[in-house]
Amino acid sequence: MLTAADIRVQEAPFDLGAEASTFAASQTGMGAVVTFTGIVRDLDGTLDYMQVEHYPGMTEKALRSIAEDAHKRWDLGGSLIIHRHGRLAPDDMIMMVATASRHRKDAFEAAMYLMDYLKSRAPFWKKEATGGDASWVDARDEDEEALKDWS
Amino acid sequence: MDVLYFAWVRERIGLPRETVQTGAPTVADLVVELRAREARYDMAFSDLTALRVAVDQELAEWNTPLAGVREVAFFPPMTGG
Repeated sequence: MLTAADIRVQEAPFDLGAEASTFAASQTGMGAVVTFTGIVRDLDGTLDYMQVEHYPGMTEKALRSIAEDAHKRWDLGGSLIIHRHGRLAPDDMIMMVATASRHRKDAFEAAMYLMDYLKSRAPFWKKEATGGDASWVDARDEDEEALKDWS
Repeated sequence: MDVLYFAWVRERIGLPRETVQTGAPTVADLVVELRAREARYDMAFSDLTALRVAVDQELAEWNTPLAGVREVAFFPPMTGG
């Protein structure tokens, strides 16, 4: 089944406003568009940069599979996932999702679902560099637990 | 088959991918073969609960069969988003 899911994995920055506008304008008959944007956090002001590694080939397939599952569960007109890799600075936008549906509940829930699954099931790994040191970000048990809410 | 490593698994083993000649029937058997090679492999695979595996770019299990498989990847739990 070909679903209206736009999946992009890229090093380049994206323009949140332009992407959200283009996505919303491409939909017809949809009453709701939800967007979520992830931003590189610098909790204690010491982060020099974040390096995002991914698995080219599998990443795109995993994201498409997650989006297709969302389209099966909710009545969506379309969905968009953009996820960056490479070197990112604090406060850079790292990723975004957008969902469109006739009703807001479906759009909100599908956006949550995309986020929950791409955090733990899409092959990305984050490394944080602080003061000459770099360490891999550990997966959080809460992120794995969150998937149980959807089963 | 091609064996790929990501994140700290890649750093510990010291390379991103390699071609491995193996008759290992499952992922677990391949891990045993790799661990027997050198200390860096043994260390990287010392705690399998801290690792995930993909077989031909799909998440898989330790007992997943390798017959006909082209690509196996080892990596820590994913941290996207």
